[in-house]
Amino acid sequence: MIWATVLIGSATCFLLKLAGYVVPEHWLEAPAVRRATALIPVALLAALVGIWTFTTQSEVTVDARLLGLATAVVALLLRAPFLVVIVSAAAVTAIARAMGWLP
Amino acid sequence: MTTFEDTRRGIVRDAIGIGLGTGAYALSFGALAVASGLSVLQTQALSVLMFTGASQFAMIGVLATGGVAVVAIATAALIGTRNSFYAIHMAPILAMRGWRRLPAAQLTIDESTGMALAHEQNGSGGPSAPGDQRPARLAFWATGLSIFVLWNLGTLIGAVGAGLLDDPAIYGLDAAAPAAFLALLWPRLGTWPMRLVAGSALVAAVAMTPLLRPGIPVLVAGAVGVAVGLVSGAGRAPRDEDTEALP
Repeated sequence: MIWATVLIGSATCFLLKLAGYVVPEHWLEAPAVRRATALIPVALLAALVGIWTFTTQSEVTVDARLLGLATAVVALLLRAPFLVVIVSAAAVTAIARAMGWLP
Repeated sequence: MTTFEDTRRGIVRDAIGIGLGTGAYALSFGALAVASGLSVLQTQALSVLMFTGASQFAMIGVLATGGVAVVAIATAALIGTRNSFYAIHMAPILAMRGWRRLPAAQLTIDESTGMALAHEQNGSGGPSAPGDQRPARLAFWATGLSIFVLWNLGTLIGAVGAGLLDDPAIYGLDAAAPAAFLALLWPRLGTWPMRLVAGSALVAAVAMTPLLRPGIPVLVAGAVGVAVGLVSGAGRAPRDEDTEALP
């Protein structure tokens, strides 16, 4: 099942790229389509931030991941490289759990 | 007067630099994908075949929270729609015919398009002859190929490395995923309407998680965010918005 998801998802993403080279330009140039396309990544990525930070299974939870996310915000404000953002978030979360501050 | 030969060296150097940056980033993708339950081979297949970072992260993000396949595919595809617009912009610059459009399409991502646009000539002079698209073409191919190689290498190292850990949760890797999504989102949060879009989508996703099947809240929250954006006037800037490169 994961293989099917990986392959169909990859094929879809490839066809979306190819579409821009083969379909007539005006199909995709409608202003509403352009605006929605700029908004979609922002909305979906923000939704994933929320779900990965504040939910466990299908419950709303607050745990050490919140400290990790706060660390990521500080790192991003300091213009830290991507890998530093990720590692510092994971490290603070692991420390908070080890110290028993948050589950 | 600078010639194309002079600009070429600079373009290739920049392309390798960007490739190294995204390669470092692929380490975390590889590690997170394996922690999310994908095999090393499945993880590598995503980096070779999907090859568009935000969609890859989103797909493993939905799968890891128990989302069904259709939702994972839809989320990845929706995030990948911006590549269609990059391709529209690149088509006249690359002027490809026939099968050559296939590799061009696969390499059409945020960074390769961004680099090409930085070197695009509009007939107004610049380092090369007016209207000369060789620097833009070179920037596209050099950046795309450099990232393709180093992104896949980084994915492999990250995936194999994560597989060696006993329990990734001990290392706080479950907090690495939201941090990765936030880092992908960050460069797009430059305006207040965009922050409103992100905030409303985040709240909607969390609020709907107890009510809907896994994965579905991401799509519903995405629709809420887009609706909020269309009403509030976010994303109105015509050209720059959709060519804004991810880190």
